[in-house]
Amino acid sequence: MADLTSHFIGIKSPNPFWLASAPPTDKEYNVRRAFEAGWGGVVWKTLGSEGPPIVNVNGPRYGAIWGADRRLLGLNNIELITDRPLEVNLAEIRRVKKDYPDRAMIISLMVPCDEESWKDILHRIEDTGADGVELNFGCPHGMAERGMGSAVGQVPEYIEMVTAWVKHYSKMPCIVKLTPNVTSILPPAMAAKRGGADAVSLINTVKSITNVDLDSFSPFPMIDGKGSHGGYCGPAVKPIALNMVGEIARHDVTRGLPISGIGGVTTWRDAAEFLAMGAGNVQVCTAAMTYGFKIVQEMISGLSQYLDEKGMTLDQLVGRAVPNFVEWQDLNLNYVTKAHIDQDACIKCGRCYAACEDTSHQAIAMTPERVFTVKDEECVACNLCVNVCPVDNCITMVEMPKGATDPRTGKVVGDYANWTTHPNNPSAQAAE
Amino acid sequence: MSNSQLTPGVVPGRLPADAYAKNFGDHEPPLDMHEARVAADRCYFCHDAPCITACPTSIDIPLFIRQIATGTPEAAAKTILSQNILGGMCARVCPTETLCEEACVREAAEGKPVEIGRLQRYATDTVMAAGVHPFTRAAPTGRSVAVVGAGPAGLAAAHRLAMLGHDVVIYDARPKAGGLNEYGIAQYKAVGDFAQAEVEWLLKIGGITVKTGMALGQGITLAELQKAHDAVFLGMGLAGVNALRAAGEDLPGVRPAVDFIAELRQAKDKSALPIGRDVVVIGGGMTAVDAAVQSRLLGALNVTIVYRRGQEKMSASGYEQDHATSAGVRIICNASPVAVHPAGGALEVEFAYTVDGPDGLKPTGETFRLRADQVFKAIGQTLSGAPEGLELAGGKIAVTGAGRTSVPGIWAGGDCAAGGEDLTVTAVAEGRDAALDIHATLMAARS
Repeated sequence: MADLTSHFIGIKSPNPFWLASAPPTDKEYNVRRAFEAGWGGVVWKTLGSEGPPIVNVNGPRYGAIWGADRRLLGLNNIELITDRPLEVNLAEIRRVKKDYPDRAMIISLMVPCDEESWKDILHRIEDTGADGVELNFGCPHGMAERGMGSAVGQVPEYIEMVTAWVKHYSKMPCIVKLTPNVTSILPPAMAAKRGGADAVSLINTVKSITNVDLDSFSPFPMIDGKGSHGGYCGPAVKPIALNMVGEIARHDVTRGLPISGIGGVTTWRDAAEFLAMGAGNVQVCTAAMTYGFKIVQEMISGLSQYLDEKGMTLDQLVGRAVPNFVEWQDLNLNYVTKAHIDQDACIKCGRCYAACEDTSHQAIAMTPERVFTVKDEECVACNLCVNVCPVDNCITMVEMPKGATDPRTGKVVGDYANWTTHPNNPSAQAAE
Repeated sequence: MSNSQLTPGVVPGRLPADAYAKNFGDHEPPLDMHEARVAADRCYFCHDAPCITACPTSIDIPLFIRQIATGTPEAAAKTILSQNILGGMCARVCPTETLCEEACVREAAEGKPVEIGRLQRYATDTVMAAGVHPFTRAAPTGRSVAVVGAGPAGLAAAHRLAMLGHDVVIYDARPKAGGLNEYGIAQYKAVGDFAQAEVEWLLKIGGITVKTGMALGQGITLAELQKAHDAVFLGMGLAGVNALRAAGEDLPGVRPAVDFIAELRQAKDKSALPIGRDVVVIGGGMTAVDAAVQSRLLGALNVTIVYRRGQEKMSASGYEQDHATSAGVRIICNASPVAVHPAGGALEVEFAYTVDGPDGLKPTGETFRLRADQVFKAIGQTLSGAPEGLELAGGKIAVTGAGRTSVPGIWAGGDCAAGGEDLTVTAVAEGRDAALDIHATLMAARS
């Protein structure tokens, strides 16, 4: 069994699966259950300044979207940071860390954007035994309107400034949690790096409304007939998160900055993908909120089996896909594939035909006996048929060998060549 | 009553009083909303879906399932009923395992088709429970059409004709409308007097008059109908029963299975129905299964279906056969009745074992006897009293196209017409299509 021990920014944990700062890590009771279930670490739900705790709504705080059989695909919340007194949280953190010294204990923080507030909160958490802090610059609802959370995360200068204060007043490793509610994730990541962050974590939730009630005409989640945007998370946001993680991992300026990957991690496979995309560990929330803490056991066994099968260590997996994450202009335009339908696997539903005939390139033929075949002379290899086919691996993309003639274009498949040298590109550099 | 399953002879009340409600309750309970959503989610919304092709009435199944999945079973029902006005009964009695569900691509993919029949019931039950009839009549055409037989074919034809603006009079020999839906379907497939409820709901379209106790040669003649109406549709089914052609067939205790089933359907108190301790059902179709299973449900101790050919030739589907055997019915194949003998107050049916070779069915020479208090013949029905002047084909009314008989102005459909399987759903399709052809003919004649 592969060793899953993680040393993310020098913080040791028995596995790279941490619970993200969120409702599951709001108090001692939950976190003890999480550690008993096997989680490698937690980021304790965001603490605010001392004083009267913030309040939450007293109606629904979650909205959701579902797939078939009500499988939860996306969750949205309007919950704020912890609504329990600071001292209570600190005492609990201290107790739990003492009982679970081998687990990572990170404290998420969000206080007003002034030096004194940050200095004060850092001082207060010093003796909890926590392994690090995470700066919540991501929360897009409720706190942002008060100048915190994503209101900071959307202004790189603020990120840099606050990060620098934290590094100045604390010796603890500092993770900066980024909001995806920006045009580009790179400036915030660069700012965190400039401010001295030890790592970034991303993504926080995406501004969203899950649905509109068609009887009351209220956005959801609904509070007394009204709704405000919440933060979206769960499997639905994974593609957004993977892209942002990859962008930071591959960029010249941010390359090497440790990343804690967050966003729809539901199975070991999702986690492995984040790791390959450059994350040093992952944080999970929605999957735990959907299925309970026990899912970590599948994540541990699955990632371990995968690493064993690949003969790879955890460190060797991290960033493995980053060199393959390129810009469109670097893609090989001489990579020609054609869809191929496995007639033995085909169940004759005809979804590929409908999709291709109605919305794509009319490249699938259908006989009266419902035999579906690809017309190579029309197939642009768009992959839509693969994506709509209900049978795994029934339709595959088969690469045409070099030297073969593409019956669609009449051109011979040649060596690697991309857009930068393509004759249709007005700014193409002449091929040597 | 102190009778039990072991009581000799043909007696009522073999079971505890509370057993009957359970035995004759819903064979397959309806889906609730959650179950329907889960079942509907499994549909792939196939292109030019095979299930539609497999449905004799060509219901747009993927569309109605998607309408259920999106929370509009009322729209789903309209999709179903616009093709098949008896979609409620068909949802209950169709052998879906040999029709839409056999064609379902998920049957090919994982041996577990989308539950189309149960989903159809969910949708149609929703509108019927709400008392909604989602169709209205077109402007009156001033034409009238006679429909003979208030079974599935006649009702489907009548409804479509009424919808198109014609006036319709349905004549039926029995006291109640519904035909085999009312008299021929196993009780547990259509509980709660569903057949009558469906007829009442269907008649809400308006413009249809039902005259019961009347049949050709029984109060009316075809010539009179032709004179009084602009067109005639014949859907009187098959009232005759095939003979065993075995000695002793006339002995008391030997009767058509369809009579037993009809009597059982009409009996309010099933515990009062006498049933034999030993019952033998001769035949291999759904009528045989329905008679045999219901004999067991009434408390018969030993029920045996005997079919003259091999099991693979039984017209009852594998699902129906399994249903019979799980109800405790024994199925003997390759045995043909030779004679019925009196035996000490009861009967003995003598069978000859058969081989089904290239030259047809041949007895092996070996025989055996089964004890029987009752013998039910389920070897098919015949057209009785075919009106004179109509060409026949294979003992049924010959038709071309959409049910046109050899006589202009007379159409036929359902079991009494040649061609097509003798299924409720097929009868509905034939009635509907004949109605459309009648409409086209009458409208063309007017212009």
